Amino acid sequence: MSVAVSNLNVPVVCERRPGDNYINHSRGILSWIFTLDHKRIGIMYMVLILANYLVGGIFAMLLRIELLSPKPWMLADPDATKQLYNNMFTLHGAMMIFLFVIPAIPAILGNFALPLMLGAKDVAFPRLNLLSLWCYGLGGFFFVYVLFSGVYHAATGNILPGGFGLDTGWTFYTPYSTNPGSGGNVVAATLGAFIIGFSSILTGINFVASIHTLRPKTMGWFRMPLFLWSLYATSILQILATPVLAITLLLLIAEKTLHIGIFDWKLGGDPVLYQHFFWFYSHPAVYIMILPAMGVMSEVMPVFCRKHIFGYAFIACSSVGLAMLSFFVWGHHMFVSGQSPLVNSIFSLLTFSVAIPSAVKVFNWTATMYKGSIRFNTPMLYAMGFIMVFTAGGLTGMFLGSLQTNVHLHDTYFVVAHFHYVMMGSTVFAFLAGMYYWFPKIFGKMYNDKVGRVAAVLIFIGFNLAFFPQFVGGAHGMPRRWATYPPEFQIYHVLSTIGAFLMASGLFIVLYNWVAALLIGPPAPPNPWGGNTLEWATTSPPPHDNFAATPEVGDPYNLADWQYVDNKQGWVKSTATNVRTQA
Amino acid sequence: MIQPPSNQTVAPLEHAVDAPHAAPGWILIAVYAALVILTGLTVAAAGINLGQFNILVALVIAAIKAALVVLFFMHLFWDSPFNGIVLICALLCVAIFISFAVMDTTSYNPSLTAPQSVQIGQ
Amino acid sequence: MSTATTAHHDPYLAHHFDSSEQQNASAKVGMWVFLATEILMFGGLFCAYAVYRHLHPDVFEFCAGKYLNTTLGAINTLILITSSFTMAWGVRAAQLNQKKLLIGCLSLTLLGGAGFLGIKAVEYRDKWVEHVWVGQWNQYNADYTGSDKVEPNASSAARTPAPDTRPIDPHLATADPNTGTANESKIKPHFTVDTSLAAPPSAVSASRETVAYENLSTPDKKRVNAFFSCYFLMTGLHGIHVVVGMGLISWLLRRSLKGEFNARYNTPVDLVGLYWHLVDLIWIFLFPLFYLIH
Repeated sequence: MSVAVSNLNVPVVCERRPGDNYINHSRGILSWIFTLDHKRIGIMYMVLILANYLVGGIFAMLLRIELLSPKPWMLADPDATKQLYNNMFTLHGAMMIFLFVIPAIPAILGNFALPLMLGAKDVAFPRLNLLSLWCYGLGGFFFVYVLFSGVYHAATGNILPGGFGLDTGWTFYTPYSTNPGSGGNVVAATLGAFIIGFSSILTGINFVASIHTLRPKTMGWFRMPLFLWSLYATSILQILATPVLAITLLLLIAEKTLHIGIFDWKLGGDPVLYQHFFWFYSHPAVYIMILPAMGVMSEVMPVFCRKHIFGYAFIACSSVGLAMLSFFVWGHHMFVSGQSPLVNSIFSLLTFSVAIPSAVKVFNWTATMYKGSIRFNTPMLYAMGFIMVFTAGGLTGMFLGSLQTNVHLHDTYFVVAHFHYVMMGSTVFAFLAGMYYWFPKIFGKMYNDKVGRVAAVLIFIGFNLAFFPQFVGGAHGMPRRWATYPPEFQIYHVLSTIGAFLMASGLFIVLYNWVAALLIGPPAPPNPWGGNTLEWATTSPPPHDNFAATPEVGDPYNLADWQYVDNKQGWVKSTATNVRTQA
Repeated sequence: MIQPPSNQTVAPLEHAVDAPHAAPGWILIAVYAALVILTGLTVAAAGINLGQFNILVALVIAAIKAALVVLFFMHLFWDSPFNGIVLICALLCVAIFISFAVMDTTSYNPSLTAPQSVQIGQ
Repeated sequence: MSTATTAHHDPYLAHHFDSSEQQNASAKVGMWVFLATEILMFGGLFCAYAVYRHLHPDVFEFCAGKYLNTTLGAINTLILITSSFTMAWGVRAAQLNQKKLLIGCLSLTLLGGAGFLGIKAVEYRDKWVEHVWVGQWNQYNADYTGSDKVEPNASSAARTPAPDTRPIDPHLATADPNTGTANESKIKPHFTVDTSLAAPPSAVSASRETVAYENLSTPDKKRVNAFFSCYFLMTGLHGIHVVVGMGLISWLLRRSLKGEFNARYNTPVDLVGLYWHLVDLIWIFLFPLFYLIH
């Protein structure tokens, strides 16, 4: 059923100067804004996404500082504090989810690596890729407007058109978000999320078409790198789930502006229906976040253990299985929202089944490490951190998936800790692992690995200190989204804030590490880590059309042919042996 | 927009490219006729009182019309099966969404319409 | 060293594809995947429709019977089916190098789209005149400010509370609908329609008379607005897609007048055709769901 009819002998029609790569291939800001090169698009995504991460992170730090004290203390007026607090956690959540975690790995690493891993010159629809980027930028602009209108109101007391800030929580639950005069600038924020949704959809379309039609003839489905399998599964989710978010947000805007009454009980509607609509997208959304992260793990693990990935077929199929199962469990966010007991039970049962594909993968990665020759470079440290943190996050998801405990834990810090363990801990760790793994390829520069490792350890310790106390506090009853709390919870908050600061300092060291590498780092060899996927068969950074000569396709995890020479040349393919084709 | 680059001569292809399969005219006409007839049928069926089967009949006829459009007007009959799988997955997804949402709203609806008969929280 | 080679390069082949079969297959896959996203988007609206109609069939019977014209809907259906036919023929013409026929088919399709929108405009204008527009311009909507606002029985307004968000008492789920009905009839003895959840529309349509507003239960009276929300949202979004489709077809018409399509290159015609057929598909389902409620 695949249509991979690529003829690898088509000669390349391109001028190439010595030292030419995609970064210096053409100059000028317009050559970047209007580029069709997937690598440049990945870089531009990187800049925007990391900027949004910084803004979302600043909100998080402000929240944590406020929570140091049980009483409001950042502003003298408690009501103003709570208003500001509500704005901050809403924007922290909305920006992190829509503007950072969902696009991060697919848009940056996926865009960059997917065509390279396929041995192709670009994605299937380069112009659609550019449109994706512009959608992301335009949608982000609306969030900036919401942000600005909130700050402007706080500073001057004047309200910009649409309202100021946003304090509904990132979930925009009705009826609060649709009541006239409440919620803040819901319309602008949902419009922004609507546009960003199209960025997600178009990327998904691009990746599915690319994986189906741009694979070389010798790369069958089960010879593809596992990162591509995970991007494929992610794309399925982006394609099928994001449009439901689009219509949900449109309905919200219509409700707020036209009073159509679809979610308003006074006008004949049903507020809980909104939650069905919202979570039908937002649950698959969390798998859009974690699946690419798992894909990065499957790439990093074998390379740094010098061992073939264990259970390739299981990991590949469990990726797609996880994507499909994720459509059946959205009701576990609504156990105490008035959902009927019948449907509650069904969703709870299905939620337990969703743990199975994830566990399959964790076992496979651990088995890959077993008797491997492990090298503790920075990407590997993050990968190992991922396994620990994802296991904890996933297991606590089981607590939340069972009805009885959910009634106690819903809307407490236990939930907050759970999703930060899987979103921040797992996804962001994997994102950092991937960034560190592909950094030499993307920029052609090597970073200081020692600094990277220090930062990784700092982030790991800071993260666990920040979020583990939240599990305990939440189990003891600390509610989420509260600016003030009873004094007995203070210890958890103080520990959490200290951890947050440690983590933030680790992240700033990462930033320094990358910037220093860009400015003064030594040039990177084509294959600094000894991987066998096709992106390592070209120069670092790659030329404009990716490959000077079409690479030979083999088993992506057969690492035996590569030999380490030195720091400057990295790993080199030994010419003595023939390429083996069995797994 | 794909245009021949101005600095290249439009060289003929070296190997023959198979013309894409064009749908046979008679099939298009036959499908069109069937669609018109089915539309008439569904309007007529709506006039007959079949109780709760009215909507079922209407949806079945609509599904048949849709299948005809998809298979022949949209060329899926002659296309790669993967495109059909994409369509079916999308429809399955919608079906999951609708069935769970209807199941749930039906189950909790009594608590909305008949509050007097229920003691909440006691 | 510069390697400027002139490959036997198909002018219609993009740089990153190796063959035109690959390019066409890619384009088709991409388009079908995009259509899947459109189906999901409308699917959400169909879900809202399903929920509201399943729970309140009488509301839909009343509104559809009183305000929707089956004839106009049927004519619109035939128009769209015909335009779908002409579009499919246009794709065929492009693939067989029949330029004049392609132009003719695209023009007819455009005409069909315009006809559809014309009838839609007539319907919408009728709704506006009757004060049953969307949202706050609908006389059944609680936020309506006009003088002809239709109020449900005032005493019932206080008796329909917001949905309780606490965990549901297990007895609630099994509440006997008949008990509910009996209770309501104690409060509002003048209504006659059975509002039990399991009541099929046949309870009302047996006599082939349209449901009158007075015959609706009081909670249902407040839900008349929900019908119009569904109607305007679904037909409105569909109408927007028709407009977009017409824009795309106009673009195709312009390009085909310049002779840009032939047997080797007709992908845009093919893809826009798929989009137009999807628009037709959605209407094929909208028509019976709104206009054939009897």
